[in-house]
Amino acid sequence: MNEYFSDLFSGAKSLLVGLSVTIREMFKPVVTVQYPREKLEITPNFRGHTELVKDPETGTHKCISCMMCQKECPSDCIRVKGEKREGVKGLALVSYSLDFTKCSLCGTCVEVCPTAALEYSQEYELAGYSSDEFRFDLLKRLEER
Amino acid sequence: MDISILPPELIRIVISAVIIIAFVFLNAMVLGYAERKLAGYIMRRPGPMEVGPQGILQLMIDGVKLIGKQLIVPKESGHALFRIAPLLAFIPVGLAFVVIPFSDKLQARDLDVGLVFMLAIMSVNVVAVLVAGWSSNNKYSLFGAIRSVAQNVAYEIPMLLSLLSVVLMANTLSLKGIVLAQHPVWYVVCQPLAFIIYFVAGLAETNRAPFDLPEAESELTAGFHTEYSGMSFSLFILAEYTNMFFVCSIAVVLFLGGWSGIPLPFYAYSGGIWFLLKVYALLFVMIWVRWTYPRVRFDQLLNFCWKYLIPFSLVNLMLTAILVKLWPVVF
Ligand code: SF4
Ligand code: SF4
Repeated sequence: MNEYFSDLFSGAKSLLVGLSVTIREMFKPVVTVQYPREKLEITPNFRGHTELVKDPETGTHKCISCMMCQKECPSDCIRVKGEKREGVKGLALVSYSLDFTKCSLCGTCVEVCPTAALEYSQEYELAGYSSDEFRFDLLKRLEER
Repeated sequence: MDISILPPELIRIVISAVIIIAFVFLNAMVLGYAERKLAGYIMRRPGPMEVGPQGILQLMIDGVKLIGKQLIVPKESGHALFRIAPLLAFIPVGLAFVVIPFSDKLQARDLDVGLVFMLAIMSVNVVAVLVAGWSSNNKYSLFGAIRSVAQNVAYEIPMLLSLLSVVLMANTLSLKGIVLAQHPVWYVVCQPLAFIIYFVAGLAETNRAPFDLPEAESELTAGFHTEYSGMSFSLFILAEYTNMFFVCSIAVVLFLGGWSGIPLPFYAYSGGIWFLLKVYALLFVMIWVRWTYPRVRFDQLLNFCWKYLIPFSLVNLMLTAILVKLWPVVF
């Protein structure tokens, strides 16, 4: 009999506690972000696809076409093309193609680059109709920026 | 056409039928919207937002969508019964409005047995659920229907017992009479236990969470209305929301003083405002409860009814009976 009433009281109490929790939550501000209309700041640590760094001094990339990234990339998705040019030390970059369909975002290319010419972009809204749209020419992208 | 050739009684019936149906749809829309919005806010999300400002037109669009959908009748179902079931759920809903006293003058008919009439009409819903589950010829539907019947039969008892204690005090079964009888104090003050028992049993009667076993999504897909689509599905939903409205209006009439409140101009009619306010406040509690508690297990459901609700309502009824008898003797 004792158990009967203690069950009743503890049960009733926990029900009331539950109700008070939900009513308090109800008056707290909404946390939903209405995505396409509102966007959150993304963290600087976000790893998008790689991008060539724009050097503020020269206004162009810092790549010396050493091919380190191409060699190190575990997914084999980088093709760097450089050529000898008059008045340029080392090789001048002609094209830097990144096959983002294969990239695993491991970050090796960013780490090995001797001149820190690569960075992660903040791009996360990537959607397209064909895989060709994800074979980027980073040099062209840099020029467009 | 000159409408004066029609008997006035017929015109009255037609007009009130139209008003009732309109009210049923409006109520379902308001409740459906409130339910989704409140569910949202309790989970700290905004609920429907896209259709109209703050998503206010969402339910209208849903209605249009449901009307536009094809009525799918499963091959193996009992065709006639399958089609009758939603009507069986929906038609009685209109009837119960006849006796609800919205205010002093806003009541279609003040039957002497108004309360019994209303409870009888509301329990027809169980038959509709049973027919729907049975004729769907689907194990989920059948399980939903069986659960619904077991639950409704069990919870009808504490519900009636708790209402009976109020009837003993009011000494009448007419809903208007009960409202008038609680002139100085509302019955919720002298019968708090009966009120709580009634409300819990009412939640179970309308198959609302935490007693929503007949349509438990996670176990039975959608329970008895698994096979229903389009308008026949929405008739069930309309009936469910209207039944919620009835459960709350009985609670308001019997325990919360009906239309009584601070007097407004044209009180004989405007009392309806207080009535609706109280009903929707109770409906808010129903929605709030739904989004707070998890679903009970079936044995818990029946244990709770037989071990707690029925004994307590019996004791309450007995005490009320003794007090009602002794009151004139002592004072
Ligand atoms: S992040 Fe890794 S996989 Fe992607 S391009 Fe760089 S090295 Fe290759
Ligand atoms: S490792 Fe750096 S400098 Fe070398 S090719 Fe790659 S991006 Fe250019």
